[in-house]
Amino acid sequence: MSKQGSALRIAIADDEAPARSRIRDLLEDCAASFALEVVGEAANGCALLELLQQAPADVALLDIRMPEMDGIEAAQHMQKLDEAPAVIFTTAYDAYALKAFELHAVDYLVKPIRLRRLHDALSRVRSITPLSLDVLQQLTPEPRKHLSVQERGRVLLVPMDKVLFMRAELKYVTIRTTEREYLLEESLTRLEQEFRDKFVRIHRSYLVARDHIESFERGVEGGAESGWVVKLRGLSEQLPVSRRQQHVIKEFGRI
Amino acid sequence: MKSINQNVHRDALPDFRNLGVILRVVLIVLALSGILALAQVGNWQALLPRFLELSAPVQPVLILSILALSGLSSWLRSLEYWTGILVVVLIELLVVSVVYRVGEQFFGGDPYGQLERYWLFIMVATALILYYFHLRNRALSPALTEARLQALQARIRPHFLFNSLNAVLSLIRAEPKRAENALEDMADLFRVLMADNRDLSTLEREVELTRQYLNLEELRLGPRLKVEWHTENMPSEALIPPLVLQPLVENAVYHGIEPRSEPGVISINVYKTRDEVHLVLRNPYRQEGDHHAGNKMALGNIRERLALHFDAEASLKSSITDDAYQVHIVIPYRKEPR
Repeated sequence: MSKQGSALRIAIADDEAPARSRIRDLLEDCAASFALEVVGEAANGCALLELLQQAPADVALLDIRMPEMDGIEAAQHMQKLDEAPAVIFTTAYDAYALKAFELHAVDYLVKPIRLRRLHDALSRVRSITPLSLDVLQQLTPEPRKHLSVQERGRVLLVPMDKVLFMRAELKYVTIRTTEREYLLEESLTRLEQEFRDKFVRIHRSYLVARDHIESFERGVEGGAESGWVVKLRGLSEQLPVSRRQQHVIKEFGRI
Repeated sequence: MKSINQNVHRDALPDFRNLGVILRVVLIVLALSGILALAQVGNWQALLPRFLELSAPVQPVLILSILALSGLSSWLRSLEYWTGILVVVLIELLVVSVVYRVGEQFFGGDPYGQLERYWLFIMVATALILYYFHLRNRALSPALTEARLQALQARIRPHFLFNSLNAVLSLIRAEPKRAENALEDMADLFRVLMADNRDLSTLEREVELTRQYLNLEELRLGPRLKVEWHTENMPSEALIPPLVLQPLVENAVYHGIEPRSEPGVISINVYKTRDEVHLVLRNPYRQEGDHHAGNKMALGNIRERLALHFDAEASLKSSITDDAYQVHIVIPYRKEPR
């Protein structure tokens, strides 16, 4: 309740323009009973993250099903913002998500939204505990389409299909695209679980993108313990395949 | 009301114009000839020559019968059931007699017997075939077929309903006129969705319904949704099961348009070639789709309803080309009698 008195800053994310204007209408109605301010609107998760870095908000009213980046993924990346807003999900109908919301006591509003419900949710919002990343990940069976990294006070999004490989370091993970490297504060094991369809473990500390694998070769210098290295498209560097993960080579040979 | 389904509602002769019916008749006759040949020969080697020998009189009779029956089909089906059967039997006797006489002229008679024997054979065969169709009729009896059709009622996605309601709500304050139109479209759409959809509708009405549906989608998706209609060669009066096109377009919006930020085009092409009506629907397609299951279910549903109404004459094919998804439906061209 520290900010009592100052207007509640609200960001709206929904891919449908009428849905956004409906929320604006309702917020105007709420404005009669407490101070609030709409900081902006976004048509998808990526745009919302961009918006929030320009204009921080206290609450994000976040639609679930959006193109580019859905609401649940956006909420995960928003955690990394300096001023992470509280999240209230909105959805017209999503059987899976609603069940998960109930299970994890996540705040949500069903569309069409009732003024009363919106009013209640907003007046509670300063006292609700922020969602944990763990809970957010359990809300959807879908892996993220982006990874987010913090750099110089900003949150950068790296599209998953640009990632060539991930390497475990001491306390973080390095992700590599054709252009450059990023540091990510997540565990490789978790990443492996989430992206098992697209990435394969070739070494204790390496996950590589299946789609980017060009070939497996016998390492000349014998740097790798198994003697095998993997070449990735668009990357001159070769990555070692550990003896324990050698079966991966056979699996790829079959395709 | 207008059911061209040979199975629904009453005991009726099969529609001999129907490809599925013709196919079944041919198969039954072939099977009967095969069994007859088998009964007459002592070993497997002799089976094929005997079967071919039998075919010499059987094939002309079969072809002539099919021509005669399909030509007279609508008249036959307007008769009482039992009168119809009697007429069919008489037609068959006539056909056999004609073939027999002609055969006699050209090949100097048949060593296997007199005309009366052929009469007996044809009567047994005709009875068997008609009895088969009677049983099939029963298996797909009114109650059963209707129960299946009812279970197959196309359903609208709740996702669409609630989002549309939300869009209409957003219009009420600023653009009441548009909100009115939208609610009218919605009322029409739901009237059809909740109606008894076991009978056939016309293409014109189905297209109109789809347009109303798309109006609503345009309301919420705005410029993201682009629709191209090609209905210049559409036979408006052609009969089609209701809710065939609309659910497909709904799928196209859900899977093809909604997951994209940039605008996408849905193209709908309805045209007629000879005796067939074609409906071709294309929408943008992107891999990584997370919801193929729902799409498959909708296609399965429509396929089954087409089969219940048109048997083997209708088909539904879906294909993925480059970055587009296409569904192509073919149904026989039928229109309401009179």
